[in-house]
Amino acid sequence: MKRVKYPADFQHLDSIRDFVGEVAERAGFSSKEVYSIQLATDEACSNVIEHAYEGISGGKIEVECEARDGQIVIVIHDHGKVFDISTVRKPNLSRDLDEREVGGLGVYLIHKLMDEVSFHSSKKDGNTLTMKKRKSGDS
Amino acid sequence: METSIKEFKHCDVIEVKGRVDSATAPQLAKVLDKAVADGHFKLALDLTKLEYMSSAGFRALLATQRTCKRYNRGEVVLAAVPDRIREALELAGFTELFKTFDNAIDAVGSF
Repeated sequence: MKRVKYPADFQHLDSIRDFVGEVAERAGFSSKEVYSIQLATDEACSNVIEHAYEGISGGKIEVECEARDGQIVIVIHDHGKVFDISTVRKPNLSRDLDEREVGGLGVYLIHKLMDEVSFHSSKKDGNTLTMKKRKSGDS
Repeated sequence: METSIKEFKHCDVIEVKGRVDSATAPQLAKVLDKAVADGHFKLALDLTKLEYMSSAGFRALLATQRTCKRYNRGEVVLAAVPDRIREALELAGFTELFKTFDNAIDAVGSF
């Protein structure tokens, strides 16, 4: 499993997307799937930076990524506040412009883009988000 | 991310190039806010050279669409949306909130 630590700063999202994108590409995921994996990872890390490390400076995000047996697993660790994405409610996706909400969209996309998403938090190890996606063979 | 603006008689075309994420979305929001503050409510976003957009960018589009559509004074339309970005916009239910056109010329013609 490849593991890289990044400063919790939006400026590093580019490098984080490159990192998971490269692993997915090398494992033979389609360009559509690679984009989905990059987008889900970006949304997850953006949430960590925005919410888990809200008001905390110098935080780090550790991203682990491994592709094996037609599946990619991405694990995102942080030591910020607990931000459990399973508690984020689904945004209102109504057609009415005035009713549309701006929050919760990133989490909604993560669940749509990935096959499995789980969250674990402990005092010792901090917060861990695990996302999995299987190769579907589409283009 | 880079943007450039061309003013036409009936609308502005704003070309958005590169990657829009949480780091660069505020920059896009600033460009859109400036157009609106100048009284330009009919905006066509040319996304031909857009490589990537996360929900941070979607939020900037939504906020601008709300402002532009107020009092029926205009709207934001999208032109030449790359496949991957269109798929993400569809997942987020955004394609129902924005008219899309194959190219910037058609988008300009819609105003």
